[in-house]
Amino acid sequence: MSKNNEIDKVSGVETTGHTWDGIKELNNPAPRWWLIVFYITVIWSIGYWVVYPAWPTLSGDGERGGTQGTMGWTQYDQLKEQQAEIRARKSAYLERFENASFAEIRSDEELYAFAVAGGAAAFKDNCATCHGTGGAGSAGYPNLNDDDWLWGGDVESIHETIRVGIRSPHEETRLSEMPPFGDMLSGEEIADVADHVLALSGRAEDSEAGAQVFADNCASCHGDNGLGDSALGAPNLADAIWFYGSEKGDIMSQVRKPKHGVMPTWEARLDANTIRQLAIYVHSLGGGEE
Amino acid sequence: MSDNAAPIQLFAKKARVYPKRVWGTFRKLKWASMVVLLGIYYLAPFLRWDRGPHAPDQAILIDMPARRAYFFFIEIWPQEVYYLTGILILAAVALFFVTSLFGRVWCGYACPQTVWTDLFVWVERIVQGDRVKRMRLAEARWGFEKIWKMALTHSLWLVIGLLTGGAWVFYFNDAPTLLEQIIHFDVPWGVMSWVLALTFSTYLMAGFAREQVCMYMCPYSRFQSAMFDKDTLIIGYDEKRGEPRGKYKKGDSWDDRGHCIDCTACVQVCPTGIDIREGLQMECIACGLCVDACDGIMDKLGLPRGLIRYDTTHNQEAREAGLKERSHLMRPRTVYYTAIITLVGAVMLFGLMNRAPVELHVLYDRNPLFVKLSDGRIRNGYDVKILNKAHEDKVYSLSVKGLENVEIRVQGAGEIKADQLHVYADSVGHFRVFVVADKPADARENVDFRLEEVGGANAADYDGVFMSGKP
Repeated sequence: MSKNNEIDKVSGVETTGHTWDGIKELNNPAPRWWLIVFYITVIWSIGYWVVYPAWPTLSGDGERGGTQGTMGWTQYDQLKEQQAEIRARKSAYLERFENASFAEIRSDEELYAFAVAGGAAAFKDNCATCHGTGGAGSAGYPNLNDDDWLWGGDVESIHETIRVGIRSPHEETRLSEMPPFGDMLSGEEIADVADHVLALSGRAEDSEAGAQVFADNCASCHGDNGLGDSALGAPNLADAIWFYGSEKGDIMSQVRKPKHGVMPTWEARLDANTIRQLAIYVHSLGGGEE
Repeated sequence: MSDNAAPIQLFAKKARVYPKRVWGTFRKLKWASMVVLLGIYYLAPFLRWDRGPHAPDQAILIDMPARRAYFFFIEIWPQEVYYLTGILILAAVALFFVTSLFGRVWCGYACPQTVWTDLFVWVERIVQGDRVKRMRLAEARWGFEKIWKMALTHSLWLVIGLLTGGAWVFYFNDAPTLLEQIIHFDVPWGVMSWVLALTFSTYLMAGFAREQVCMYMCPYSRFQSAMFDKDTLIIGYDEKRGEPRGKYKKGDSWDDRGHCIDCTACVQVCPTGIDIREGLQMECIACGLCVDACDGIMDKLGLPRGLIRYDTTHNQEAREAGLKERSHLMRPRTVYYTAIITLVGAVMLFGLMNRAPVELHVLYDRNPLFVKLSDGRIRNGYDVKILNKAHEDKVYSLSVKGLENVEIRVQGAGEIKADQLHVYADSVGHFRVFVVADKPADARENVDFRLEEVGGANAADYDGVFMSGKP
């Protein structure tokens, strides 16, 4: 800047000589204290480079591919530390949880809260994809909130279902297979039996022919009154809850060529405690049986 | 153009004020108010107030971790923070009221900024001497005397700051416990950082900023003129009697001249460094020290006191016109401030007297919105929160009205009955509640949840909904 710059009359400050439409720029340098702080931060940052991992290196050797810093600090380690901390905090309950029976857990306030909280988290990670975040399911995916259970609604049964899955590759998997009656029954018979099934919950006039078809073909699994059997995985046909739809057409289609859902086994994927937590959580959703 | 012209100054240079020592009625009042107010500040956290076994026994306590505030008989939960609004409204209107009657007595005697500044100036004077000595020391070269005097002043200031911050944290912790921790140097870092922050702010505000706070930072000094009228008590200089001012030698006649001898005693003692003879100014905090200073001079001269005095504009005008002085306490302003204080106070008192000892909150599940059961009935899930504000454990019974064939089930560890909900003293009970009922007419049915204390008269209601379809 030249020395001959004009001094602004109002502020007594030198101008830079830059003029735009008659507006002159004042030469107000940044305050010294500000500059000093700025320089200190610059120097401080060098310390960061030394102490913490900072610069990427082109060598790419090792897992980190950069300068490592004298402290050897990494975010990975920090994450591991924090996870270890959480595990340590959990372990206080885990041991008690592991050794307690379902009945004991369900009468112990602390263990129950631990199970429901852990189960809720595991549910959202693993189960919500099919059953929904609220466990309300959808057509073909059972609602876990209601009181209708294909394979039993007490904690032990729920636990078993989660552990072995349904029609899964697990050796002990829950397995039921309704045959496709489309090959065995005529269209008229199927319509009749559908009427009878609707009549079980009082939604249609009963058909005598349908009742006969039902007794001959269906009652062996679903029971004489269509109440189902959770040991066989046979659904209750007399209640208000329908898995694949409640209309006559839905029922006929399910008789003709039944759909069979699959639930994976979780034994190999989740540890025993998580499965137990999940069982208690699902049981707590409201439909759990004793 | 002339480059020699002095640049126009946009900012006033800060001139440090060195208030001179003064004796008199108002100085005594200021000492008294300082002792009383600091005494309250330091001792109040140690006051005890018995609230029974389930609550702290500290009279004034803001318990952040437990989310409770205690003030003698008042206990406030976080959702009752509107009581704080009431207290602030009361404080503000009370300030306006006092201001319209007595001017800036708050500024002059009670404001923490005034009290601590006064204390710091006192320390300054004890160490460095009175006004002239302090001014000389400030201009003196740095030598042994200046170094030790300055170091001692600032150290004492910091100690006062530390004690100020140290006392503040007692209001947020059990005072005797914390005192013991402090004695054993076992103070949590959170507490310590507050102490240090307040030490620093006290040091800064009372040591350096002082009257600048009143002049530039305080909003109240800016808008207090709105509360002023001609009957408000202000510090006034009796111009009619004082002017024309001039130096006075013993034996001179008082004829044809005013009683002001231009000794500037009033200016020297002023903590904000103004000349009151120029009339009412925003900087004047109405502390009355200039009154004391002037009265002292008048006594020496054998003249009547009151050349500078607490006065009202009305009386100044009355004296000039030769009329009788009167004080008007009943004015529209004071009347409606009184009315507002009474009204807000009554509302607050009513609120506190009728503070519900139990509250009920019922939040319905959004996912799933409702559940159809195998018998065709509908189930809704709720998160029920029961706020037991009593200092003893209570048992409540929950019921719901507006549904047919209702069943209430509580989901939790062990067996919990809806008519036996146990909530610990001074805490929130959280329950998972399922309500099963016949499908109501509306997809979104309004229902009443009612909570009744078992074996007691207290009850609470909540207007809830029961969903049975997509609304």
